[in-house]
Amino acid sequence: MRYILLLTLVLIAMVAYRQGSAKLLTGSEVYPQSVSNENNRLGLPPLPIPVNNPQTPAKIALGDKLFHDKRFSVDGTVSCSKCHDDKRAFTDGLPVSVGHHGLPGTRNAPTVLNAAFNHSQFWDGREPDLEGQAKQPLINPVEHGLSNHNQMLEIIRTDPDYLSAFQSVFAVNAKKLTIDHVAQAIASFERTLVSGDSPFDRYYFKGQTGALTEPQYRGFQLFIGQGRCVSCHTIEQNLALFTDGRFHNIGIGINQIQQDIPRLTQAFLEAKNKGENVDKIVLTDKKTSELGRFAVTKELSQVGAFKTSTLRNIELTAPYMHDGSLKTLKEVMIHYNNGGVNKAGEQVNAFLSGGIRPLNLTDEQMNDLVAFMKALTSAQYAIPNRSQ
Amino acid sequence: MNNSRRNFIKTAGALAIGSTLPISLVELAFAESSQNFTFAYISDAHIQHIKDNRFVRNWDRGLIRAVAETNLLIPKPDFVVFGGDLAQLGSKAELDHGAEMLSALNGDVRHVMGEHDYYLDLGEYWEKLFGPQYYSFDHKGVHFVALNSIKTYDDWTYKRWPTAQQRMLEMADLDNPNGSPFMVGEQQRLWLKDDLDKVDKDTPVVVFSHSPLQKIYKGWNFWTEDADQVQALLEPFKKVSVIYGHVHQIQYNQTGNISFNSVMATAWPWPYPQSYARAEQYLPKLTVPMNRADPFFERDATGWQFINLADGNADMNFTLYSNTSRIVRYNDKQNRPEDAVYQDEKARIVPQTHY
Repeated sequence: MRYILLLTLVLIAMVAYRQGSAKLLTGSEVYPQSVSNENNRLGLPPLPIPVNNPQTPAKIALGDKLFHDKRFSVDGTVSCSKCHDDKRAFTDGLPVSVGHHGLPGTRNAPTVLNAAFNHSQFWDGREPDLEGQAKQPLINPVEHGLSNHNQMLEIIRTDPDYLSAFQSVFAVNAKKLTIDHVAQAIASFERTLVSGDSPFDRYYFKGQTGALTEPQYRGFQLFIGQGRCVSCHTIEQNLALFTDGRFHNIGIGINQIQQDIPRLTQAFLEAKNKGENVDKIVLTDKKTSELGRFAVTKELSQVGAFKTSTLRNIELTAPYMHDGSLKTLKEVMIHYNNGGVNKAGEQVNAFLSGGIRPLNLTDEQMNDLVAFMKALTSAQYAIPNRSQ
Repeated sequence: MNNSRRNFIKTAGALAIGSTLPISLVELAFAESSQNFTFAYISDAHIQHIKDNRFVRNWDRGLIRAVAETNLLIPKPDFVVFGGDLAQLGSKAELDHGAEMLSALNGDVRHVMGEHDYYLDLGEYWEKLFGPQYYSFDHKGVHFVALNSIKTYDDWTYKRWPTAQQRMLEMADLDNPNGSPFMVGEQQRLWLKDDLDKVDKDTPVVVFSHSPLQKIYKGWNFWTEDADQVQALLEPFKKVSVIYGHVHQIQYNQTGNISFNSVMATAWPWPYPQSYARAEQYLPKLTVPMNRADPFFERDATGWQFINLADGNADMNFTLYSNTSRIVRYNDKQNRPEDAVYQDEKARIVPQTHY
């Protein structure tokens, strides 16, 4: 069925290309800003909202405040927004995030933008939803560094503004307040951080043929063709999340620890059996972090596998990959073009996902793919006067 | 899982682990602690030479991955079996390349002959690499036998084809009117009888063959012509397990005291014969087929397995990619292998609805 879908996409694209070829050849159009503001969700599915956590303006405002509050950390410097910075498309621009007292973690901060659509949260999917995710960094030893959630609740309980907000949103007093209320408020705020309406969306879902530049258009053809990107960074008929929500070993991070894998997997399983916390292990031990999804499922076929990240707003979220090891989108293209290694000819890891293989793209084709990535930036986050 | 066996689960960690894990610190123990062991089984890699130093990448990756994953098993398997069809067209280049990839395995490897290894030089180079084409050995109270079950009539093998290459290609083909059914053959059956005569009838016997030692579908050689005669030699033993490759899919069956289990391929899946059969097919009713492979995922419906030899019966633990791993375990109340999850009709996964 997917082949049929892919074929359909290609046919649609071909028709669209023909219709728009005259415009494409005469140069790109400037998209009027006013139209984009009408619907910044163009290209996105309906927002999934848990039945037990409906969105309300007051709850969203409370979540916003909690998200940006540095007091919920052992040294008073770490808020959620430290690593998910509003000004950096809700990332931190660092290879791996840095927590309290400058302690480095092991993984690159993923954007919160459109995280509401994820099938699972964290690079290894160890939490199913935003509510579950929000609770973990607070008590991780290299992030907010609190010993337990109660430390956070104590701060809230001594803050009259918070108390009245929780009272009005959840109808709970200081005594009945739990970390789940906190998580629900933060998750509600994060569900407002959704953004479609990129040049790609206007081209693909509205048929605005001038929305893409010529290199972007060529890049799109490669994206669904020779580059094989769409296999995991999915585009559907009426929406595009640019992720399959699955976990794949693409040769990042794992390539550097191949000799250690038998020792690491055994040590990890023993630690997990003894009740060690996965969140803590994977963010404090660089090598164990590279086991990826295996740390969650214990499935051998998931060694070194990480979640497919969305490509929406990817231009704004460098550096790339779960360990932030690739600085530019071009470096990412080169890695994939080499079939899962940074440098052509290096040995790929034994657990590499089946879909990763050399692509035989030329340098110009890779540049076109990078151009296409830059057509995935939402209008509301677009960089003005970008050199193209 | 029956209670008597559950009671024997030991764990290296403090917490008990679920019984469905494909990898675990679980060791299935049975009454005689000296008999506790597992072995791993990799099969049907079909390493295919293109030219010079180029081989089909997808088949290489499947084998490399199975080897690397097998090396992560805890507890370590006592040995690894490679179930045949290491090569695609039996060439030295293919067998050498496959042997090189298998050399990364920790521990001993036992080999079974497949038709893709055999019909170019009738196993001559394979023997140099891996030893005799059929043999037996004892391990922790279990008698193991490896048979070359993919031989056929001498007339077909020696007189029909102008070149060895053509003979190989004809046997590699499915639904081929020029093909010929597999068989163990009289010479090996005499050897087997002699070998088994020395074994106590209470000793568990495990037989490795490439083709099923039962008749399922002739068109694809899911078939061994003299299966009945081989089964007759195995019948006197109380516990017999036949483990075979070739079919690239999960199959299992019980005939008298003989349990049959197939193993996965690392290369590609075959469909089940009833989805295609133009002639009578006999897939055992007991078998719960695998999900249809999703062609979108290159490794779907391929895999490998490790085997707990629990109380002398083979419990198959299938590691399947892009899919739910499965366990086919011997049920000693029903006296037959059963899927740990899906045996009951009501427990099966409903087929997908496609538009």
